[in-house]
Amino acid sequence: MKNEKPKYLKLSGLEPLIVTENTNFINVGERTNVAGSKKFLRLIKEEKFDEALDIARHQVDGGAQIIDINMDDGLIDGKEAMVKFLNLIIAEPDISRVPIMIDSSKWEIIEAGLQVVQGKCVVNSISLKEGEEEFIHHAKLIKRYGAAVIVMAFDEVGQADNYERRIEIAKRSYDVLVNKVKFAPEDIIFDLNIFPVATGMEEHRRNAIDFIEATDWVKENLPHCSVSGGVSNVSFSFRGNNPVREAMHSVFLYHAIQAGMNMGIVNPTMLEVYDDIPKDLLERVEDVMLDRRDDATERLLDFAETVVGKAKESTVDLSWREEPIQNRITRALVKGIDQYIVEDVEAARQSVEKPIEVIEGHLMTGMNVVGDLFGSGKMFLPQVVKSARVMKKAVAYLLPYIEEEKLKNPQEGDSKNAGKILMATVKGDVHDIGKNIVGVVLACNNYEIVDLGVMVPPEKIIQAAKDEKVDVIGLSGLITPSLDEMVFLAKEMERQNFTVPLLIGGATTSKAHTAVKIDPQYKNAVVYVNDASRAVTVVGDLLQKETKDDFKKTIKLDYEEFRKQFLKRTKHKEYLSIADARKNKYKIDWKTSEIVKPNTLGIQVIEEYDLSKLVEFIDWTPFFRSWELHGKFPDILTDEIVGTQATDLFAEAQQMLTKLIDEKLLTAKAVFGLFKANTINDDDIELETPNGKHTFRTLRQQLKKYAGKPNFALSDFIAPKETGKEDYIGCFCVSTGFGAEEIAENYRKDLDDYNSIMVKALADRLAEAFAECLHKDIRTTHWGYASNETLDNEALIKEEYKGIRPAPGYPACPDHLEKPTIWDILKVKETIGVELTDSLAMWPAASVSGYYFANPEARYFGVGKIKEDQVEDFAARKNIELETALKWLAPNIADD
Amino acid sequence: MARLSAVFFGFSKQVLQTVATKKMPHQSLTHNIILYGTMKSIQDILKERILVLDGAMGTMLQRYKFTEEDFRGKRFADWEHPLQGNNDLLSLTQPEAIAEVHRKYFAAGADIVETNTFSGTTIAMADYFMEDLVYELNYESARIAKQVADEFTAKEPHKPRFVAGSIGPTNKTASMSPDVNDPGFRGITFDELRIAYKQQVEALLDGGSDILLVETIFDTLNAKAALFAIEEVKEERSIDVPIMVSGTITDASGRTLSGQTAEAFLISISHIPILTVGFNCALGANQLVPHLEVLATKTDFGVSAHPNAGLPNAFGEYDETAEEMAVQIKEYLDKSLVNIVGGCCGTTPEHISAIANLAKDYKPRSISAETVS
Repeated sequence: MKNEKPKYLKLSGLEPLIVTENTNFINVGERTNVAGSKKFLRLIKEEKFDEALDIARHQVDGGAQIIDINMDDGLIDGKEAMVKFLNLIIAEPDISRVPIMIDSSKWEIIEAGLQVVQGKCVVNSISLKEGEEEFIHHAKLIKRYGAAVIVMAFDEVGQADNYERRIEIAKRSYDVLVNKVKFAPEDIIFDLNIFPVATGMEEHRRNAIDFIEATDWVKENLPHCSVSGGVSNVSFSFRGNNPVREAMHSVFLYHAIQAGMNMGIVNPTMLEVYDDIPKDLLERVEDVMLDRRDDATERLLDFAETVVGKAKESTVDLSWREEPIQNRITRALVKGIDQYIVEDVEAARQSVEKPIEVIEGHLMTGMNVVGDLFGSGKMFLPQVVKSARVMKKAVAYLLPYIEEEKLKNPQEGDSKNAGKILMATVKGDVHDIGKNIVGVVLACNNYEIVDLGVMVPPEKIIQAAKDEKVDVIGLSGLITPSLDEMVFLAKEMERQNFTVPLLIGGATTSKAHTAVKIDPQYKNAVVYVNDASRAVTVVGDLLQKETKDDFKKTIKLDYEEFRKQFLKRTKHKEYLSIADARKNKYKIDWKTSEIVKPNTLGIQVIEEYDLSKLVEFIDWTPFFRSWELHGKFPDILTDEIVGTQATDLFAEAQQMLTKLIDEKLLTAKAVFGLFKANTINDDDIELETPNGKHTFRTLRQQLKKYAGKPNFALSDFIAPKETGKEDYIGCFCVSTGFGAEEIAENYRKDLDDYNSIMVKALADRLAEAFAECLHKDIRTTHWGYASNETLDNEALIKEEYKGIRPAPGYPACPDHLEKPTIWDILKVKETIGVELTDSLAMWPAASVSGYYFANPEARYFGVGKIKEDQVEDFAARKNIELETALKWLAPNIADD
Repeated sequence: MARLSAVFFGFSKQVLQTVATKKMPHQSLTHNIILYGTMKSIQDILKERILVLDGAMGTMLQRYKFTEEDFRGKRFADWEHPLQGNNDLLSLTQPEAIAEVHRKYFAAGADIVETNTFSGTTIAMADYFMEDLVYELNYESARIAKQVADEFTAKEPHKPRFVAGSIGPTNKTASMSPDVNDPGFRGITFDELRIAYKQQVEALLDGGSDILLVETIFDTLNAKAALFAIEEVKEERSIDVPIMVSGTITDASGRTLSGQTAEAFLISISHIPILTVGFNCALGANQLVPHLEVLATKTDFGVSAHPNAGLPNAFGEYDETAEEMAVQIKEYLDKSLVNIVGGCCGTTPEHISAIANLAKDYKPRSISAETVS
């Protein structure tokens, strides 16, 4: 009765996964398999579960719809490792949203795994290898635990290695499961054994075609079940020749999927696009896969030798240059190759009536492919920025022709674009890497970008928005005072009856701030957008006629709801009065605490530091993050999803870095000082400097803590005056930004956003590296409290050293107001030329400033939210208007 | 990265307490005749009409204002630990009150009452050091409910009454760490749960339960252990028994406490044949609608719902009236979402009466409705 109805394999993690005939091939993530990944094995052996979790997360982020977990290794306790790792995964909703494949050859490990996962898993695997009785026993338990199962084509005789054996074992397994165990047929997944082809052995010739044909038979004759397999096996004999292997995987999958294979383990970086396989290679690979010729293997081997060792691009190069013009242009855009673009665009121009048609036709067709690939996660940001570079060059070449055409036909309109978008980094803020990236990506999607640059005052934004009749305004900012600027601008837009949507982005912004503080100020749409790919969809939704009204309404409601929830949540927090918080301060035993007197007291200036010495101090992870490639360095270079892209980017970064250093394009300068200091009145630090007495005001945590946990302020780490001990503090400013802006601008003028952004991102990294490097010199030499320290860069990044260097504007001292004090003490502007903007951002942007604390007990912490009593107290101590204090500390004041 | 425990634990402590301690209400009664043949008959009835489940047991018991002494009765007068609040124990010390509550619900129109065994596992009873009494508690609770059910069935043979053995979630969770700082830690294992549930299931069946109701599921893994135990008992005894499975969506996130969406929850418990799948507790009738819609469109099983009488007010009390609740239940009926409907925290015979009055005029959701997913 119900037999006619299709039954679908349904799995679940925190979310459902339903496999229907319309579902695309299900990709099973396999990096969390100790047998398949040396790195994962090492991490499990060393019990580095956090990093092992990152691998799982990467796979899910990268699109794995199921993750396979295997702990079968002689040197680890597989059962314990399986349970431990699964329990940790379950606690990570961004991983455990997908179903889990519990993979082991040992039943006890499988069962232990099934007992800790709430969702519907897949067991990998069972078979008739040990006989029917055990097969039935395990299948029954799997059913009772509520899991689907992979059945290997294996029986008492051995593994199925031809067509007949595959279907014989599959049929028998299926009948036992469905009839005797009453196993749901849709919960059965056959692994029909993928074996290598082109091994040179006659009996392996039909390995691929037998699998494919058996798959077809199984799907035809055993209703509702699925077919899976590990694809990389098929190309085993071509290890070391990735171009051939990639082609083999694609060809195999192409045919197996048509036959009905609907899931499997495939390394996505080891896959060529079927249509992109060069014809001669394709033909030879298909001959092998489909066993079409007696000499198929020899022919592929011969051909493979010509491919070995060559870069992938060069083998492909020859053919694509001969393709039709549109294909060439699309390829240049997708691959970011600007070598031939002028030539191709010229050819295209001659083929059309009006030059504008090349932009609207050829180039837009290509950019749409880029947009689709980026949108579906098949291209990454650095590639898109390179595509933009090609696009800009093409457009620049065409512009004179278009102008000429306009003179001839003045009635003809301009190129049609999808909309005009104003982008600006707000007043007082100088950071623009993220803004530039978003601008480039939007431009790629045919939006016209009006970029007002950095430190743009609100009246200029308003005026430009009116003059240019923009469709959307995008604001960016990195430092906290920028948040207020954004609120102000939203108010101003409301007052002047603007209707265009407002986009908010940048490191300091958040959905919370946007929803709670900005959105209520402006009746029209305000959207928080923090990455480039999201910007494209959001702007699309905001401007498309069909979607815009709904989208705006939904966003408004969403933020309203978010706001409600947020305000509700913040109410639950309890705060101490500032007096009570001080009573609960962190207490260092000053009688015994070790205070080291700096070797050199006073101020020192470094006019020009050798940039090459900074390279080893660079923390690369944030560099990749600024390009929206996520993962830890150096692991990111071998990452399954973004590894290739990260490696390319890293190589180009190295080139640029070498250029910057060799040609001395940037100048690294620093000023720092070490001074006598004592804490006075709990929260203030008084210093004696060559420029007289100064006081740093610190902020104290006020959130009520669990018993025994102190309410920290930085002043806790300096001996109070009443102890009679002489203590010390340092402060510094470093910059590597001198020159960066000019170089970046030159690249920009040369239509090369890619390198423009690259220069700025590298300058930022060098500034951080300089701060790290200088801190080390401080610890080991200038102050000398840790003269025997030996830490490598990884340890430095993890901040394993003694003492801290907190920076104003960051969690331990979130107010920027102490920066002017540092500037006064060190005469920063006069000595090295770094200036403070209205919002107290540093200019040039690639600069870092902060304090040095040497006490071994000094640590990083976050001040968190503070209450108004502390703000009043702070204003009084600092002798500023309460209003001023309220304005500057606003992001840190708890809402009542 | 936010860990699950961090994400959910703000809420979880409250919910765990409400859910897993003895404050929760649900029950029923019975005697020794075991009606193993009822699966078919209940299923037949389910095709004809919407069945009504009872309301809260705890809410009703509060009205008796039982003292520590009342909870103890004679038998436990000298028990070394405080017993007030152990509602399940009242089946032994105040059986008349339990029977009376069941009677009121049947009289109000309920077809099914739940046994007074929400916390009837060794795991939940450990709080009172009463692990050894678990079999007796479940057996007696089922027996009392069955006795009352039989009285009503005898009086009104056209409307047979049923007893659902209530199997609560326990106060431990197998998928989440109780320690925010150690997300890999677990307070209980699958096997510990399975063994405890098995004991409860055997006693509930021996006492005369017609149905087993695994309810207030905040962690699907706990429920899977209960279902595993039920399957073991079914196999050992060569019997079949109708099973109702009822999850709990804990807040506006639309997920269970252990993080699953309604559909993921459904998929995770659909591996054995069950009578109904549904949701209860934590939310009021209104808030359950979208989640019931998911179940109603995605499952071939029956669908049940027994929501709370709204959300608790500032004092933790439920003050939604029978009429207010009935208006919302009407939406379930108008949309053909359910096959079994009743009440959870805060509901009383008045609520059940209002629901029963509505439900009798509606056709049940078609159970043969094809799953279109």
